[in-house]
Amino acid sequence: MPITYTSGEQIEVYRFSIPVTVGVPLLALFLQAFLPRRLTFLSYLDLPLLVTIFFAMARRNPISGLFTGAAIGLMQDMLGPYPIGIYGIAKTVVGYGASSLGAKLDVENAGARLLVTLGFYLVHAAVYFTVARGMVNLTLNWSWSRGILAGLANALVGVALYFLLDKFKQRT
Amino acid sequence: MESVLGRYRNLTILVGVLFLQVLGLAVQVKRGADAEHTRLIRIWAVGVITPFERGLVWAQNGSGNLWHNYFFLRGVRAENRQLKEQIEQMRLEQVRLSEDATQAHRLQSLLAFKEQFIAKTVPAQVIGSSGSDLSRSIYIDKGDNAGLKPDMAVITAGGIVGKVWIVYPSTSLVLMINDQSSGVGAMVEKSRLQGVVRGTPDGELILDRVMSDETIAPGDPLLSSGGDRIFPKGLPVGTVIKVIPGREMFLSIRVKPAADLSRVEEVLVVTEKQEREPVAEGGAKVRAADILAQRLPSVPDNPPAVTGTAAAVSSGVPVPGGSGAAAKPQANAAGRPPTAAGTAETLPKTTNGAASPAGSKVAGPGGANGISIVEQPATSGDALKTVVQRTPSADPASNSGSGSTAGSNSASSATPNVTPKSANPAAKPATAQPKPTSPPVNPHPAATEDNPH
Repeated sequence: MPITYTSGEQIEVYRFSIPVTVGVPLLALFLQAFLPRRLTFLSYLDLPLLVTIFFAMARRNPISGLFTGAAIGLMQDMLGPYPIGIYGIAKTVVGYGASSLGAKLDVENAGARLLVTLGFYLVHAAVYFTVARGMVNLTLNWSWSRGILAGLANALVGVALYFLLDKFKQRT
Repeated sequence: MESVLGRYRNLTILVGVLFLQVLGLAVQVKRGADAEHTRLIRIWAVGVITPFERGLVWAQNGSGNLWHNYFFLRGVRAENRQLKEQIEQMRLEQVRLSEDATQAHRLQSLLAFKEQFIAKTVPAQVIGSSGSDLSRSIYIDKGDNAGLKPDMAVITAGGIVGKVWIVYPSTSLVLMINDQSSGVGAMVEKSRLQGVVRGTPDGELILDRVMSDETIAPGDPLLSSGGDRIFPKGLPVGTVIKVIPGREMFLSIRVKPAADLSRVEEVLVVTEKQEREPVAEGGAKVRAADILAQRLPSVPDNPPAVTGTAAAVSSGVPVPGGSGAAAKPQANAAGRPPTAAGTAETLPKTTNGAASPAGSKVAGPGGANGISIVEQPATSGDALKTVVQRTPSADPASNSGSGSTAGSNSASSATPNVTPKSANPAAKPATAQPKPTSPPVNPHPAATEDNPH
């Protein structure tokens, strides 16, 4: 499944209604906080990250993407016990990167989405670990096997989620 | 310059947003671990998310309760029977443990130990988590409105869970003990070896700061040591599951938490602790040397120099510091430690068989001195009704100083059958008794829990 390079004319830019723009990230944050207590294996998923990638790729606007990522990340930080900004920085980078990539590549097909999500999961983890260890002095152990497995799980769930969220897209 | 900024507008904004976040993060890190200065911002997020969590938990519990309490009652009868049997067994166990506890209490009071008591708890329900698998924290449905404050201990029946980290009006964030920024003062139950239980980045527990020459084995239970000033002493923390030599001179000890941290649903928040010296029942200060002397077999019995007090007991007049239900420590010459006046059901067994736990109806067959004491628990107005009956074989000369019948010396020998009603100050002894030679006895007993007046 190729990731095709597309010209500017071929790129479709989408927008979303305000309820979807606000509600979907909030729902993702809520599920992220609620579900892992009931279903432990879901703690490997990062639903706010998937939503960030989806909105960024759909809007294809780097500024919009980075602000979406920053907002979702900061909100996720606020729910946790650590200083606010670790997830914010990581998701800002991911939002910017995903929207920049979405502006240049066709990321509408499932294979492309799978690879892009896996890649951005690893980018997100790398930025998060760097900030958490470098600035906040948290001790985090990186495991490649766990990272890749979690990335694949997120990518698979992401592909399904993106198809669901595609229904809320509105053409500009 | 303007064209450069315009050309790299997106990148410039990205750098600006990242810079602001890094700056904010640096300020928070510099201010320390206290989350109080970001509380206002966090309240917004928590206020948006947690109401949905509370609603869902409420609905989940409601439907679950409906099913379990009204429809799915299969096996309840058998379970009820099992529980009743368990209660009986636990009652027996409780009797044994209460004896041990009383003795421990008494010894602690002699050594002026300070104990911590859980005075008040607030039950709470877990409604969610922080949403990150890198932090181990949960949200509970009680907050400032329920009197919660940061650094309060959060426990379950199984063991400790964590501590309150951030308090919001109606919810609180609890940092669990397996979070890497947590630390619990702990000790090994058997050896009393102390260390610090910490969380790891993977969410496991380790016992830290234990030297490699210490003996510790898998299966050893760990209790809270109370040294962290958060968790009261003696709560279950976990069990050692693996001991391997660590770096430098410390052991690497993995611990399985006592509470199931991944499935905890209801917790108790310790909102009030009390620290106090245990009060020896009976209130009288007794020297440790006296107790040792009483326990040593080679030490002769004390001479009957406490006639007055003993007479007071036998005549039903309460002695200071007690409500008159049992012998005073000074009058206890039968080789047993001082016991609780007024709460005499904790009396240990004596060596001469002359006494049995007071509060029971009959205090033994009379033992060596042929005296039977019938005691009844104190009632309002009558702290004690003591019936001293002299058996025909009793020898008055042999009555001096014998166990809880210590009061049965001069008074009882002079009046073989007396049934005094005492604790009421207005009441006089029922029969004529010789005046005690010891100092006069205070007719007003000291207030106790049994007899507050």
